[in-house]
Amino acid sequence: MDILNLSSHLNTYLVVGAFLFGAGFYGLINRPTLIGMLISIELVMSGASLNFMAFNHFLAPDPVMGQIFALFIMGIAAAEAAIALSIIMAVYRNYKSIAAEDLNDLKG
Amino acid sequence: MTQELLTPQGLGGLVFLAIGAATVIGALIAVNAKSLIRAVTGLCLSLIGVAGLYYFLNSPFLALMEILIYVGAVGVAIAFAVMLAEPEQGDKPGRAIGLGPFFGFIGGGMLVWGLVVVGLKTKWPAAAVKINTGSMLAVGKALLGSYSMVFELISVVLLMAIIGALALGRRGRD
Repeated sequence: MDILNLSSHLNTYLVVGAFLFGAGFYGLINRPTLIGMLISIELVMSGASLNFMAFNHFLAPDPVMGQIFALFIMGIAAAEAAIALSIIMAVYRNYKSIAAEDLNDLKG
Repeated sequence: MTQELLTPQGLGGLVFLAIGAATVIGALIAVNAKSLIRAVTGLCLSLIGVAGLYYFLNSPFLALMEILIYVGAVGVAIAFAVMLAEPEQGDKPGRAIGLGPFFGFIGGGMLVWGLVVVGLKTKWPAAAVKINTGSMLAVGKALLGSYSMVFELISVVLLMAIIGALALGRRGRD
């Protein structure tokens, strides 16, 4: 496998997608603030979307399907980011903090 | 090697390497940067890299949408939220770190390892025949033809998201 020819192999995209997913998972656990967790979720979603696009280009009999699926993932991610950010704003207004461990009113 | 580098394929390979490096480095910045605004910048870099990968996957339309929606809309919205909510820089002094980062690293590493092994070991059978080219024209026709119901549903979802965001943003204000 020539290093300049990496773009024509399915495995390259699978490895990059898996890396994005793992990095997002790590950030989701590691980040103390809600906005940091939201950023990590965006990474996870783009990793999944990249996998869809790679399989679509190399394997699928209908190369339209994966593109449309990736478009819908983008739409869902945009809706999710809008809702999550307004929830974060509401939380900040009540608690004056967006650290996940300060939101412990329901803790027994 | 230098002979091959000067061909269009060689230059395209170089561009691909740069795009892949931008994706990976951006993701590392996004999860490791101390300040949140730097993490947002790393996320934007990573998403621009993903858009470049879409371009190499023969889908310039998706690449443009990725830049427009993710980098343009979501990135700017997160940057505004960082400016409004003003989190403390870095960790608070009294905060115990705990085992969270350790388990996160182990879990994330195991996820990456498992996904890479599954991806590389499986024999992926390619489709015998492709029924269309996957061009932007075909995408548009499918979006308003076979997938028109999903198209309408996602517009309802986006409308509900807008209304919900407005309602949540209004609460608590006189």
